[in-house]
Amino acid sequence: MSDSTETQPDFAPANIAHHPRRTDVDPKAAKRAERQVATMFVLAALLVLASVAAYVLIPVDAGVVVPLLGPIGALNAALGLSLGLGILLIGLGAIQWARKLMPGTEVVAMRHEMRSSGEARADAVEAFDRGLADSGFAQRPLIRRTLIGAMLVLPLPLIVLLRDLYTAPEGALSPAEQLEETIWEPGVRIVTDVTGNPIKAEDVPVGGLVAAVPANLHEVEEEDGNLNARAKAPIILVRMAPDEIVSQQAPPEGEAWDYEGILAYSKICTHVGCPIALYEQRTHHLLCPCHQSTFDLADSGNVVFGPAARQMPQLPITVDDEGYLVAVSDFQQPVGPSFWERS
Amino acid sequence: MLLLLGALAIVGTIYALVNTSTAARAAGSVQSETAVEEGRALYLEGCASCHGLNAEGYTGVAPSLIGAGAASVHFQVATGRMPMAVSQVQVERKDPSYSEPQITALAAYIATLGPGPAIPTAEQLDTTNADLAVGGELFRTNCAQCHNFAGSGAALTEGKYAPSLMDATPQEVYEAMLTGPQNMPVFGDGTLTVGEKQDILNYVGHLQTQTQPGGASLGSFGPVTEGAMIFTLGFGLLAAAAVWIGAKLR
Repeated sequence: MSDSTETQPDFAPANIAHHPRRTDVDPKAAKRAERQVATMFVLAALLVLASVAAYVLIPVDAGVVVPLLGPIGALNAALGLSLGLGILLIGLGAIQWARKLMPGTEVVAMRHEMRSSGEARADAVEAFDRGLADSGFAQRPLIRRTLIGAMLVLPLPLIVLLRDLYTAPEGALSPAEQLEETIWEPGVRIVTDVTGNPIKAEDVPVGGLVAAVPANLHEVEEEDGNLNARAKAPIILVRMAPDEIVSQQAPPEGEAWDYEGILAYSKICTHVGCPIALYEQRTHHLLCPCHQSTFDLADSGNVVFGPAARQMPQLPITVDDEGYLVAVSDFQQPVGPSFWERS
Repeated sequence: MLLLLGALAIVGTIYALVNTSTAARAAGSVQSETAVEEGRALYLEGCASCHGLNAEGYTGVAPSLIGAGAASVHFQVATGRMPMAVSQVQVERKDPSYSEPQITALAAYIATLGPGPAIPTAEQLDTTNADLAVGGELFRTNCAQCHNFAGSGAALTEGKYAPSLMDATPQEVYEAMLTGPQNMPVFGDGTLTVGEKQDILNYVGHLQTQTQPGGASLGSFGPVTEGAMIFTLGFGLLAAAAVWIGAKLR
């Protein structure tokens, strides 16, 4: 492409051979096309009316068996087919009309060149150079440097104001502190999720899995953040033969954190906090369905695959006087996803 | 033929006397002796090559069946998973190789080897008083993490998967919860009571029979199948329409 293209866009029919369509030369074909288009529009109108009738006549809970799709709701099927086909026919009719009956002459419209003309580009460079010379930006370093300094200070209020969008209430815990403790306390009973029944050790068979929460969960009121408590506290109990347990998170000199092979782990993935209970009882792997982080519950809940950076926190458990499973303490490391203040 | 049966009966009786008389009594089995004998015959013919002549298992190939229980045998054989056709990471459901009486006999024989979960009774499988809403909540808490919220199954690690529940009978679902086949954990009666298991059975039955109000479920796998459908069928139709609109007429 050279700069010398100063020619006007050419709207004249170029050297394209014009092939008249059948509807251009045969009045019968044109008449037939007209009837086709009109038929589509009439059908569209009838289908739209049929959708109204379907809405009135078909009960909401009626079902219909469609080949390939199986049993589906009759009302939705009827509404979708009638309205969808109706709108489709309006569109098809309009396109058929344009293709067969509207003028069929070829028109050439040249595209404008995207870049500006050489003259305009030279003007722009000249204006910039004149501005640089007239302002003395290059010759007066004091002005140049103070201006740059002023521009650097400018974003400062933005940072201060944005930071002030969150004001912690008096005595409130920071997000990091909130994740560091849950409502598990020494002696709190472990109860089944949903049904809230306390659990005895013999209730959990080897290879078993129980979704559980602390018994004091229902005592947390809404104003005290019961949803946060609910989000942090869930655990899963799994049981394996004691000789299958490779390691636990308990310090080497202390007592083991399991109770006769029953291990309690947080249910919240340490990657971005999905709840996970996808436990394979033979491999002892716990798989997070969100991003496939996999934890080995027989080996301290360590990550064996996936994006999670930290082991699954283990809850130390034992039994109380009546033989029900209880927590020995809170978690010894923060539950949930990693965060920046965490060492 | 009679001779063969007689020989089997003698072998079975001796075996029961020598090896497992205490276990048999401990299991409190009301199964007739003939069922146990028939089960043992079937076992030796179809199962012993992997699980061992005394059901002791073979490390790395097949687990011991001592203490597996009747429920486990019924689940594995009635769903066609056992006997296995090919050794693979996931044993798949297929047409059962044994008739229901044969499976019952096999289960009766394995039950004599050691105490294990029994085949659920008709009362345990009765869902007439089951609560559908509670069943749904329990299903989503205890089952949906692997079997999907719609019971259509999902992937596990390294090629294993949790199967779809759409073909499972109530008895099979109950037995699976009791015995934990393959990598499924066990959901004992202590933490998931018989009544709660019935609620779950009711909900699974509801999932199997419900009408899809929104049209084809595409397997209820969520955005994967739906997105694939939109990409292939939807965009395909749009491309075809664009070609039709732009085609030159004669």
